[in-house]
Amino acid sequence: MRKAPWEKINVELRVIADNFAFLILQGFFGFGAFTGGTLRLAVPAIVLGFLLGIFIGLGRLARSRWIHVPMTIYVEFFRGVPLVMVIFWFWFIIPVLVGKSLPEYSVALIAFVVFEAAYLGEIVRAGIQSVPRGQVEAATATGLTRAQAMRHVILPQAFRNMIPALVTQFIVLLKDTSLASIIGYVDLTKAAQIVNNREIRPFELYLFIAAIYWACSYGMSRYAHALERRLNPQAA
Amino acid sequence: MSYTFNWSVLWTGQAGGWLLDGLITTIEISFLAWWLAVVLGIGSGAMRTAPMAPLRWAAAAYVEFFRNVPLLVWMFFWYFAVPPLLPDTVREWLFDHGAEFWAALCALGVYHGARFSEVIRAGIQAIPKTQFEAAVSTGLTVTQAYRLIILPIALRLIIPPATNESLNLLKNSSVALTIGVAELTFQTRQIETYTAKAFEALAAGTVIYLLLCLTIATLMARVERRFAIPGMIAQGAVGEN
Repeated sequence: MRKAPWEKINVELRVIADNFAFLILQGFFGFGAFTGGTLRLAVPAIVLGFLLGIFIGLGRLARSRWIHVPMTIYVEFFRGVPLVMVIFWFWFIIPVLVGKSLPEYSVALIAFVVFEAAYLGEIVRAGIQSVPRGQVEAATATGLTRAQAMRHVILPQAFRNMIPALVTQFIVLLKDTSLASIIGYVDLTKAAQIVNNREIRPFELYLFIAAIYWACSYGMSRYAHALERRLNPQAA
Repeated sequence: MSYTFNWSVLWTGQAGGWLLDGLITTIEISFLAWWLAVVLGIGSGAMRTAPMAPLRWAAAAYVEFFRNVPLLVWMFFWYFAVPPLLPDTVREWLFDHGAEFWAALCALGVYHGARFSEVIRAGIQAIPKTQFEAAVSTGLTVTQAYRLIILPIALRLIIPPATNESLNLLKNSSVALTIGVAELTFQTRQIETYTAKAFEALAAGTVIYLLLCLTIATLMARVERRFAIPGMIAQGAVGEN
């Protein structure tokens, strides 16, 4: 007997209730038997990626071509290659370089920091370039060196302008961490896969994790939007 | 560091053929998904600026729903969760004809459609409102004003961010390997599995992606110059998303 499509959706919320703790605690936050967790990867990755990104952003603006050319190549290289490819690179190359294989967590973290730094470097560069030229001139006129002017005058103002773009990049990163599951890192997506292999309830499970990603991502994008309006009231 | 390079694995044996197959699949799926994304993006992007509120809400719901969830989750959703809902005949046909390809195509197209939509909305909103008012006051209907005035200008304005987004789509097609589509990254891994030469295989794949991206970027820069309206060349008018 043929069933209409809506008759086939017999949604069973039990599968979510039964595995709620595993999906949220293990998959999303990273507490549990596995070294995993979406947040446990995303938060250090954005912090370390931003620190590396500051150097790359500054490097791209450096006067010396021995600094800005390699930095430009770095940024263009990583922006031209899929993240999946970069994760595989580190997955295969790290054991060769280090001589032993590292846990998935370390590999994923290194891959994300290196990859995200290229994008974060561009945000840093745009932030620095958004500071009016007069500020640099005024700072130099008061007798600050170039480095001092950068540290005390330019970067604090640039950082303020970067905040909305950084929040947006964190949203991208949070969604991208799902790709760490391809090397076996137990994030929210992998946790759902593990549960699905046992329960065979793809509809409920994947929609459930979609809802979680959605809530985080949408919530933060509203926040970024509000920040942008507060920093720049005349626009929008 | 103990690793012996053997670049010849790339042209002896089957590796070269695999890479070529992977490249073709990547181009095929990206091209088809791009069309789906462009149609969805232009439709919903135009709707988001329409004077009718229900149209705006419907388009906003589509965009916000799809772009805020990782592409990988959509891949699994379209591949594992959607086919059981389809009529039996359709499902059987799909699984005889590469269901993973169609699932990946839907995932990529619908996800990037939502992202294209934002690019197109920004393009339309960058056009002064007076253009639309002038168009309507000459007697054009809303649909005509969009088709003849707003979209032709907006489509030119958005070439740089749309190129960027198209390259994202191309790179994101690599996520399709998770559901078994034999695209470029998948083939790269296959070469690694068979020859144990990870470095060479990954280098080959990486170079191909870089060349693809570079070619498209160069081509689109040319298109931008070719279609620019004299006197209306918008320098950085539309921000990249």
